[in-house]
Amino acid sequence: MSYILADHLIKTFGAADAAVQAVSDISFRIAPGEFIAIMGESGAGKSTLLGILGAMNAPSSGRLLVDDIDVYHLRQEQRADFRREYLGFVFQSFHLVPYLSVIENVMLPLTVTRRSKTEKRAMAREALSQVGLAEKAGRLPGEISGGEKERVAVARAIVNEPPVLLADEPTGNLDTKNSGEIMRMFQRLNAGGMTIIMVTHSAECAGHARRVMKVSDGRLLEDRVVAEAGLRMAS
Amino acid sequence: MTLRLISLRNLMRRKGKAAFILAGLVIGVATVVGIISFVEATTHDIAHKLEQYGANILIVPRTENLSLSYGGLSLGGVSFELEEIRESELARISTIKNHRNIAAVGPIVLGVASVESGRILMAGVDFKAAGILKPWWRVRGAYPDGNGILLGAEAARILNLNTGSRLVVNGLDLTVSGILEPTGSQDDHLAFAILATAQQAFQKNGRISMAEVAALCKDCPIDDMVRQISEVLPGAKVMAIQQVVKSRMEMLAQFTHFSYGISGAILFVGGLVVLVTMMGSVRERTDEIGIFRAIGFRRGHIMQIVFLEAGIISGLAGIFGYVLGVGCAQAALSLLAEGPTVHVPFNPGLALGSLALALALGLAASAYPAAMAARLDPNEALRAL
Repeated sequence: MSYILADHLIKTFGAADAAVQAVSDISFRIAPGEFIAIMGESGAGKSTLLGILGAMNAPSSGRLLVDDIDVYHLRQEQRADFRREYLGFVFQSFHLVPYLSVIENVMLPLTVTRRSKTEKRAMAREALSQVGLAEKAGRLPGEISGGEKERVAVARAIVNEPPVLLADEPTGNLDTKNSGEIMRMFQRLNAGGMTIIMVTHSAECAGHARRVMKVSDGRLLEDRVVAEAGLRMAS
Repeated sequence: MTLRLISLRNLMRRKGKAAFILAGLVIGVATVVGIISFVEATTHDIAHKLEQYGANILIVPRTENLSLSYGGLSLGGVSFELEEIRESELARISTIKNHRNIAAVGPIVLGVASVESGRILMAGVDFKAAGILKPWWRVRGAYPDGNGILLGAEAARILNLNTGSRLVVNGLDLTVSGILEPTGSQDDHLAFAILATAQQAFQKNGRISMAEVAALCKDCPIDDMVRQISEVLPGAKVMAIQQVVKSRMEMLAQFTHFSYGISGAILFVGGLVVLVTMMGSVRERTDEIGIFRAIGFRRGHIMQIVFLEAGIISGLAGIFGYVLGVGCAQAALSLLAEGPTVHVPFNPGLALGSLALALALGLAASAYPAAMAARLDPNEALRAL
């Protein structure tokens, strides 16, 4: 059974002679609960691929099925609902909203859901506890460190308990210690059943995933299962 | 966490931009409110002054003879030698539908009287009514009693008479009780006695030459009143003195049209300020909007955030604009008004209207930026960073 099915995905930017194929006929299946690292050089097309998987960047051709939903057959607003219900995003530059407190940033995905204020706040506190930042709930993003910002971004991504977490270079702006913490956090979430798809340059980070896909010039060059991921988690 | 909170927090963070939009809207709304308040207060003041202005309806005998002007106003045909109205008939005026709008009725008997040095035009009037009908009269001395006479300034000069002098008019020995300050009207050339004295002098007991009526015309249809008086006095010709009223009201109407034009231009500029600033704000917030869209905000939610911000600022602009507009109108009236200061009354309709105007302008000007924000592609928005 596959939870995510990428079927001959192609993404072309530009037209005619200026056309550039950022994603060239990529197909794969992802089972529920997998932890996947997508690796590749800059410009290889991995972020474009993540955008397609994130229901934000329609492919030029091909299909993306998530939980049997043909994502790009959904209308714009339905796709927004799909992102809210199925996906959590962690961005490289944190992308926290600077004028909202830590807990308010975490509550953002819940803003447009039909939940009570109390429930939203409880869910945000729970997510912050999971990333170890419950005590900094009232701070503004400008008042916490880079590592903490990334953890807030993770808390925001998991607050509504999405089945899939998409992360674009989540440790790109972090030092080794904070990178390790984020990776261990991802492993814990993955152990809880969350499917994680992470784009990274770092072989160290990719080593925490159970499956690694290598992309080059928009093509999927390699797709392998990493045996030692469990050992890293234990460490 | 609500969309409203996001809007509020963003406004608090971008105080400068919010203040700029607020200022643009406040100026627009204040201009409109100021002009409307000024025009309303001025109109009210003019109406009030017109009530004090004196006679605005004339009742003269119906005749085809001799055109005569009186008081510098074209009054139509008046033949005081041939036709008269019975004084008692004037009582019928109090029966007309709009009788409550009548401030005073002043009967006048006119006649040419002989004095030692020649002839003068003498008017018999009701001095109590004259106080309302001719509020500009200033008398050196006193109003006359049954044996007295009041002289116009020119008449006193030509006849070389002062207060206390004696004057024999058509055989009646009268004392000059007072002299009118120059009025610049025909009154300066007349002599005035109480009605009964003049009627006795002209042997016109119970009859009058004409009557002046002061109507409180702010809310009353003067033409209707003319028609109503004509109906109860079929033998008389009833006319409204509308020239002054019309000219002043026309001036006011021209000023109003001009002011509304200026207001429209200022509102347009205010709208542009909102539009440009909101567009700039949306562009600055591309990353935020990208995040909102990525985590599942619909386009409608993004538009709601922008409209909420515009709505909050516009609401404040409506309140501040009303207060500033009324304040400016009051200041302008204090500077420009002749005589006692005219006060701008609180007008709930205008207050609500200014709020509605500010909201309509702010939301309309924010529609395009809101649509622009909602159209942002989340992938493009985040990639652009």
